[in-house]
Amino acid sequence: MRGGVAAFPAREGGPAGRVAGFIAHLRANGMALGPGETRAALQALSQVSAGDSGEVRAALKALCCGTREEFARFDDLFAAYWFNRGRERARPAGAPKHQTTRRRARLEPLAPQAADAAGEAERPDAGKSREGEMDQQGEGRLIAARMRNLARVDLRELVTPEDIAEAERVAERLARAIRDRRSRRRRAAARGVRLDMRRIMRSAIATGGEPLRLHWRRRVERPAQLVAICDVSGSMSVYARVFLAFLRGLTGADARTDAYLFHTRLVRITDALRDRDTLRAVNRLSLLAQGFGGGTRIGGNLAAFNRAYAQRLVSGRSVVMILSDGYDSDPPELLAQELARLRKRGCRIVWLNPLKGWKDYAPVAAGMAAALPHLDLFAAANTLEALAALEPEFARL
Amino acid sequence: MEWQRLKEGLAGAKYVASDDLAMALHLAMKLERPLLLEGAAGVGKTRLAAALAELLGTRLIRLQCYEGLDAAQAIYEWNYQRQLLAIRAGAERGEAGPELEARIFSEEYLLARPLLESLREEVAPVLLIDELDRADEAFEAYLLEILSEFQVTVPELGTIRARARPHVILTSNATRDLSDALRRRCIYSFVDYPEREAEIAILRAHHPELELRLMGQIVAFVQALRREPLEKVPGVAEMLDFAAALGGLGVNDLSADPVAVQAALVTLLKTQADRASVPREVAERLAGKAA
Repeated sequence: MRGGVAAFPAREGGPAGRVAGFIAHLRANGMALGPGETRAALQALSQVSAGDSGEVRAALKALCCGTREEFARFDDLFAAYWFNRGRERARPAGAPKHQTTRRRARLEPLAPQAADAAGEAERPDAGKSREGEMDQQGEGRLIAARMRNLARVDLRELVTPEDIAEAERVAERLARAIRDRRSRRRRAAARGVRLDMRRIMRSAIATGGEPLRLHWRRRVERPAQLVAICDVSGSMSVYARVFLAFLRGLTGADARTDAYLFHTRLVRITDALRDRDTLRAVNRLSLLAQGFGGGTRIGGNLAAFNRAYAQRLVSGRSVVMILSDGYDSDPPELLAQELARLRKRGCRIVWLNPLKGWKDYAPVAAGMAAALPHLDLFAAANTLEALAALEPEFARL
Repeated sequence: MEWQRLKEGLAGAKYVASDDLAMALHLAMKLERPLLLEGAAGVGKTRLAAALAELLGTRLIRLQCYEGLDAAQAIYEWNYQRQLLAIRAGAERGEAGPELEARIFSEEYLLARPLLESLREEVAPVLLIDELDRADEAFEAYLLEILSEFQVTVPELGTIRARARPHVILTSNATRDLSDALRRRCIYSFVDYPEREAEIAILRAHHPELELRLMGQIVAFVQALRREPLEKVPGVAEMLDFAAALGGLGVNDLSADPVAVQAALVTLLKTQADRASVPREVAERLAGKAA
């Protein structure tokens, strides 16, 4: 190895130690590698001429990478470690350690702006009641102009306890409509559309080869998983309460449902919503939703969602529901790119936009326009009736 | 230097592999791990398996994945028709139940599907599991088990172990993400469209009769076309078809014969929208630049 690879990091001794150090370096940069890979890497190096850095690079690359993104950045990481070029570690301070996210550089681009926006929009009132949070009007950068418009249709008037209960009910119905999607696999069933030859043969032996009893196979209904991502930024705050009730209805209907809130950052609220104790749930929510009513970063939050959660929690059977008005302070390209990436996981994406119910609404907000091509369903969500009317649409998804 | 021999061997089978890809394949074979290939359609992922089988002189066994693919189509199934006939015939001869059952659940009545077939080969075959991203996740999980144990259990027969470990190549077009567990089992390589020189080498391997200058033009033209916003980006196979078409039309210079080039474009552009987005002027401009 010595011939081709110029400068080893001084602190490690022996080739095995250096390779282990390299694996640790990759791990620190977000690649999910374990001791198994270290061993395999040493094995792999015995198969190539270890003096040729090009060969070593190609061998370790084939072994350690698992995705296109990793494949693309491996060469830089390799150079950084073996030639002491560039930074060694790229893990941002806030990145969750326990998650095996394998996507690139997590929250770095988010951090400075997020702090910025929080400074503008956040109030030091984390302990305030939920009502206090709700009443707070948005002061996000892009939002001020919108708020005057929204004030004319003040949905807060509508939100009586009965309305909230109604929202939960509607949500449960919707969740049920989405849940049952058909699978193409077949399973044994008492009656069905296709003969189950295997079982027929088995029972035919008992009747002297005469297939007296027929068995069938049919398609199984496989549950769709619902993931709801709710915008609670300033421009959405008037709807937030109904939507939270709606999310609660969704999570209540099915244990697999997953829910998130976002404003300037993304928070997972599944556990809080599932809390049986309503008051405690509300308290937990208001803690989670610090900065509630601030500016919106849809693209950035979706990127965070893709990196941190989507890999584990979104599959081909998921329906991702985004509740937002589409006013985004991130560039629209980012939103489109992240939606496309999410879509690649095979899920369906539904966007419920409260503004869509307005007369003469056109999705002119740059973010909304960029998002449209990636959506399976774009629907109004300004009234409970509009939400309820979605049921047949959801059943079709 | 063994991986370079592999690369040369593949070149002998008319497959021009990049260094990264040759190394990945070399390691996959040495470490007896599956090789996972990702990349756009038409970059030669599937073709690599065929070239490897040719190089090793073994069988290529292919499993094409699709949604709803299950064990009966991927691993094995009993030959029910034959079993029924055997039961009938056995009953007429007065064959005893247990005897008959042992007979109809013997290997003779087993239909081996690709995965089982690959385990039963005497000489390690190349097992190509194509477009894995189209299969359900449940199947992926099952596949993982087979790929780590190289054995299949048939309840009526017992466990069938691989006689020789097949060389496994998995391909994916990344329409959905594969599971991390599967990725970790595999040696990975991302296959991109070939560089200019590599693509000329591919063209030369398949159409040695073409002039070198025309080859350069064809490759430059196709590579320029790939940068256009197309729905279906022409792959290497399309490039070869295009070259064959031009050869058949007797074209010696792309810029000299725009009509023939336009006619040959049918081999490169496969959708209505793509045809419309490359009108004659655009094609001429690209051909002019390529020349």
